[in-house]
Amino acid sequence: MYRYDEFDATMVAERVAQFRGQVQRRLSGELTEDQFKPLRLMNGLYLQLHAYMLRVAIPYGTLSSKQMRRLGEVARKYDKGYGHFTTRQNIQYNWPALVDVPDLLDDLADVEMHAIQTSGNCIRNVTSDQYAGASAEEIEDPRPYCEMIRQWSTFHPEFSFLPRKFKIAVTAAPHDRAAVKVHDIGLILYKNEEGETGFEVIVGGGLGRTPYVGHTIRKFLPKKHLLSYLEAILRVYNLEGRRDNMYKARIKILVNSEGAEKFAEAVEAEWAQIKDSGIDLPREEMARIDAYFAPPVFEKLSDESAVLEEKKASDKNFARWLRLNTFAHKAPGYAIVNISLKPIGGVPGDISDVQMEAVADIAEEYSLDEIRATHEQNLVLPHVKKDDLYAVYAALKAVDLATANIGMVSDIIACPGLDYCSLANARSIPIAQRISERFADLGLQEDVGELKIKISGCINACGHHHVGHIGILGVDKKGEEFYQVTLGGSGAEDASIGEIAGRGLSSDQVVDAVEKLVGVYRERRQGKERFLDTYRRLGAEPFKEALYEAA
Amino acid sequence: MKAVTGNRLDDGVVVYLGDDDRWTSDLSAAARFEDGDAKDVLAAAQKRVKEIADAYLIEVDDSGAPAGRETLRETIRKSGPTVRLDLGYQAEA
Amino acid sequence: MKLLKLSRGRLYPALEEPLSEVSLEDWLDNPQGHADATALKISNDVSLASIRCDLAGFSTIILEFPAFKDGRAYSQARILRERYGFTGEIRARGDVLRDQLLFMARCGVDAFEFTGDADGANEALKEFSFAYQRAADDLQPVWRKRLDRAAAA
Ligand code: HEM
Ligand code: SF4
Repeated sequence: MYRYDEFDATMVAERVAQFRGQVQRRLSGELTEDQFKPLRLMNGLYLQLHAYMLRVAIPYGTLSSKQMRRLGEVARKYDKGYGHFTTRQNIQYNWPALVDVPDLLDDLADVEMHAIQTSGNCIRNVTSDQYAGASAEEIEDPRPYCEMIRQWSTFHPEFSFLPRKFKIAVTAAPHDRAAVKVHDIGLILYKNEEGETGFEVIVGGGLGRTPYVGHTIRKFLPKKHLLSYLEAILRVYNLEGRRDNMYKARIKILVNSEGAEKFAEAVEAEWAQIKDSGIDLPREEMARIDAYFAPPVFEKLSDESAVLEEKKASDKNFARWLRLNTFAHKAPGYAIVNISLKPIGGVPGDISDVQMEAVADIAEEYSLDEIRATHEQNLVLPHVKKDDLYAVYAALKAVDLATANIGMVSDIIACPGLDYCSLANARSIPIAQRISERFADLGLQEDVGELKIKISGCINACGHHHVGHIGILGVDKKGEEFYQVTLGGSGAEDASIGEIAGRGLSSDQVVDAVEKLVGVYRERRQGKERFLDTYRRLGAEPFKEALYEAA
Repeated sequence: MKAVTGNRLDDGVVVYLGDDDRWTSDLSAAARFEDGDAKDVLAAAQKRVKEIADAYLIEVDDSGAPAGRETLRETIRKSGPTVRLDLGYQAEA
Repeated sequence: MKLLKLSRGRLYPALEEPLSEVSLEDWLDNPQGHADATALKISNDVSLASIRCDLAGFSTIILEFPAFKDGRAYSQARILRERYGFTGEIRARGDVLRDQLLFMARCGVDAFEFTGDADGANEALKEFSFAYQRAADDLQPVWRKRLDRAAAA
């Protein structure tokens, strides 16, 4: 994992000191709320319905046990004993007092964490594949490049007042777990025909009011030019992006109105001018950052574990958890463990202080001190020995973190919605809870197989509903909560934007609707088809019919 | 009828303007204004920048409960998240 | 309005000497007609690619920051410094706030039409000891310092 040197530590400490001064100026009345708002937002501090909300960055989703323990302590000391993991590898605290936030940020800085640029019209927390460094699929670990981007984008003087927020995601695996095609910039690290590794650069994806899948503007970018190329993209966007209408200000609008080709030409022209101007990191600095992500020393183990086989045969629940929540590791005898933050009937992404501390302990003992946060609002223990899997399962179960439902119908992404968010039209969480309860039987869930339900409380799409196999969007109809269903979206390598199924449904109808859709799928599926595959083969009609026939 | 609400500056909690011109956490104790007068009251409240982060008007009925289009939103603000009955003002009741 | 000028890392209140301003459009239209202009005013929605002429005749270029959110002129300032090699004064006009001065300075702005307090402005410039990235100022990026330190060790 990356560790701060004195420069990194100083930057973060000075940022907290700066914010402490800004808070002081606000409390004394020297700054009005209008003047203070952009400053607090750049430090991740929002005002929600009930209180302030602080969004803390987990750069590219990587956490140490020590950091996770601190997140738990912070939840207890400054909040109400819990935190909420989001779809952008951040954690949000829902109740901190403004006067406490500088101290809170100091506590985070102690463990090399911060809330810098987690909001505002700047380059946000860089996200990545939660299995980075652990999966056999990847070309190489994408996180060193994320860290390079993190440093380059931190307090970037030219790009702190962009037309709109800017999100970058990086992956190095053919299986896209970072949703790179629906980001402002998505980077895919791969090996070209000459055997050289570099990035495919995708620009202009996004969700929100006008969802788009991004366009590839460069097939192959040598790694050493990463930062200068990003700088060229950002400069074109900063100068050309629309600023007259907040809903048209994202880069996706610029790319799609000009056409990807014309946009690419502008970027290439800009890049030609700045490519050799000393923006890119020298080889030594790239190597320095790289070294922090050197793979841990894995024990030489047999890939078979007798302990595991025995427990698998004797404990059916464990066997199911193994099937659904673990993933192949690149080292023999190891596995990747997913921790579901979606207990049946629970609040997606929420985790208590005690649970955070338990996860920290488990990771320290069994996962080489590492934890990951995923964009699906779950956690990952990246390096667990197969021999230890049962012990890990038991320890997770003891704190209610062993729900076996990764990728299943109850592994729902939901934004905070009207229970917390001041922009919401409708609640999201109760819908997630009721769907989860309706499908509580884990055997049934496993039979249904992979099914991604994503729920947003308004068109801002924080819950990624556009890319849900089934998406649910909260709308407001004369003061009443209604829900619009979209079908056939995907945020993975086969990215697509879901289609609206028809008129909005009441909150009672929407849970039945999901059950009807699943019914059509189970009746009509062929072989090993997932819900999405069946939908793509049959088209929307049979699903729409089922939804609206009786309703 | 209208009431003035906002989030308290130092800790962010929901408050309402009371009859004594002080902020209260209890909506039923909030001062109620005729629509015509409310704008001036709000303008005065918004000047109290050291006390409040973001003041605005909400609609209330004769008993002081949230009314109109934003009923659900303001009910959730006055009580707490519907998915965590142990949090917010509802927890103290 | 007050004017602050940057000199060796510090901001000093400066006397507001009258400038003879011309907008980029007017100047491009008729350069001879504006031969006595000393300050070129560039609005933040024009492309600098249209500048083909020599900027050396101007002692000052004025850039617009109409609202704190509107960050186009940060890019313009860097392009003027780094691409066109403009060495005269670049002045920020508009919604120039204390907490943006450092960013503006890093992009090459060295004069500020600033209504706030000059001491506060100087504090704001000193809030950060380092920078991660190269910009239009002469601050060494952190990676350069790391290399130097490694070389010295
Ligand atoms: C609760 C306070 C929040 C507020 C006020 C908020 C606000 C917004 C807004 C205004 C947008 C649309 C931006 C645009 O299209 O230009 C947006 C998009 C988004 N937000 Fe949030 N959000 C909040 C919470 C969250 C949470 C909890 C998550 C994660 C679960 C999240 C993740 C996202 C994502 C992934 C997008 C889509 C980005 C895109 O369009 O590419 N946000 N948010
Ligand atoms: S989608 Fe809407 S309701 Fe949900 S968190 Fe985002 S802004 Fe709030």
